[in-house]
Amino acid sequence: MIGIIDYKAGNAPSVLSAVTHLGYEAELVSRPDRLMEMTHIIMPGVGSAGATMSSLRELDLIDVLREVILESKAMFLGVCVGMQILFEYSEEDDTVCLGLLPGQVVSFNRQRVRVPQMGWNKVHFIKDLSHRTEDDYFYFVNSFYAVPENDSHIWGIAENDGPFTAAVYKDNIFGTQFHIEKSGEAGLELLNAFLTLERGEPLC
Amino acid sequence: MLTKRLIACFDIIGDRVTKAVNFQDNIDVGPAEDLALLMYEEQIDELIFYDITASAEKRKLNIDTVRRVAKCVFIPFAVGGGIRNLSDMQEALKAGAEKISIDSMAVRNPEIITQGARAFGSQCIVLSTQVKRTQKSVKIPSGYEVYIDGARVATGMDAIDWIKRGQELGAGEICINSIDNDGTVSGYDIQLMKLAEEAVSVPLIASGGAGSPSHLKELFTETASQAAIISSMLYSPRLKRNYRVAELKEYLLSENINVRPTRIRKEP
Repeated sequence: MIGIIDYKAGNAPSVLSAVTHLGYEAELVSRPDRLMEMTHIIMPGVGSAGATMSSLRELDLIDVLREVILESKAMFLGVCVGMQILFEYSEEDDTVCLGLLPGQVVSFNRQRVRVPQMGWNKVHFIKDLSHRTEDDYFYFVNSFYAVPENDSHIWGIAENDGPFTAAVYKDNIFGTQFHIEKSGEAGLELLNAFLTLERGEPLC
Repeated sequence: MLTKRLIACFDIIGDRVTKAVNFQDNIDVGPAEDLALLMYEEQIDELIFYDITASAEKRKLNIDTVRRVAKCVFIPFAVGGGIRNLSDMQEALKAGAEKISIDSMAVRNPEIITQGARAFGSQCIVLSTQVKRTQKSVKIPSGYEVYIDGARVATGMDAIDWIKRGQELGAGEICINSIDNDGTVSGYDIQLMKLAEEAVSVPLIASGGAGSPSHLKELFTETASQAAIISSMLYSPRLKRNYRVAELKEYLLSENINVRPTRIRKEP
C-alpha cells in the first residue's frame, strides 16, 4: 500500500491526487501503526523544517519512520521540506532533522538570487533509476537546499545561485527538492517511476 | 536556471471564468474547471484563480471549484478572493491550492500576511495589489496608489510603500495588477514593475495589459519580474486572436528568454 503522510502543514491531498491520477490506490496516513503497513511512503512538504519536525513529533511518527525506512526498507520519497528533513540538520529554524542521510540544509544566498526560489527549473539527473532519468523541468518553491555530505547520494542537480541538490537517493530513500506532484507530466512520470520500484529492487 | 513563468489568471464568478476590462463589464468565458484543464494541457506554468466578487460581497471563495481543479491539474495554483483568516487559508490549501493570494483583506488587516506566513510559510502567501496611476504627492510619492475591492475603492496608500511593507510582513511573492492597463492589451506597466523590483527582493508577478507576445518579451527583458499574468491573450473572446501557450513559449525562447519549453508528450 502507498501511504502519504498527512500532517498539519503538508499538502497531502495534492500528492494523493497525483498518485490516484496515475492509477494507484493510496491512503493518507497519520498513525504510527498504519505507517508500518506501507510499502511506499511519501512525505509531502510545505512550510518550514521546524514546523514539519514538530508535526512529526506530535504525531509520534519519528521512531516509526526510522524503523519502516531503515529496517522494513519501505520505499520512501520525501518532497521539498520532506526531503530536507532526511538530513541531519537544517539552518531553517535551527532544526535537528531525521538524520537518515548525512548532510545539512542551508539557505540560498539572498544577495545573489531572489528568495524563495519559485518556479520551474531544469534538473540534470546524474544517476538513473531503473530506467534512464532524463533531464527535465520541475517546479520548485524553496529558500533552503540540502548539501549531502556524500556526493554519491546526489540524484539530480539544478542551478540557482550556483548548482544545488535537486534530488537525492540512497538505497530505498528518495527525495526531490521540487514539488513532484505539481511538476506537470514530468513530475507525474517521475512519481510513477518511484511507485513502480519494488522493495529491494537493485538500482543502477 | 530558474525560468520565467507564464501564469494564466482566471477571474471567477460562481464557478465560471469571466473577463473584464479595467476591472469592469465582465463577460462569461466558460467553466473554471474546463479552462484550467485546457491550460494545463497547453502546459501553462501556473494558474491563479480570483473569486472576484467574493471579497466585495463578503462571502467565502468557492472551495469545491478549487478541489475539482486540484484533482486534474498538476501544476501550482493560487487562489484568492474572500480569504479572511487562517482557517480560510487552511481550507484552500487542503483543497489543493499551493498559494493564497490576499489583496483587499491584506489592506484591511495587514496582520493576516504575517499570520499566514507563520502558519504555512512565506512561499504560500502572495500579496496581490491593485494599483492605479495618480498625481505624485507627499502621501503617494511613487505616483501609484493602492485600490481595493475590485479596483473600486481608493485607499490613499502608496503602492511601492505597501509592497515593501507586505514583504516585511512576510509575503513570499508579490503580484502587481495595473488597473490602468488591465484588459487594454497595450502592454504591462514597465515603469511600475521597475519601481517594484527596486523596492522588494521577493519574486514579482506583473499583471494587466498583455496583448501580444512582444509585451512578454518587453517585461522580461526590461524588468526583473519573474512571472507574467496572461489571460486576455489566451482566451478573451474580445481579442482578434488568442495565443496558444506553446507559441508564446516558442517566441520567447527564440528571443533568448529563459522559459520552460513545451514538452513533447510521450505516448502512454
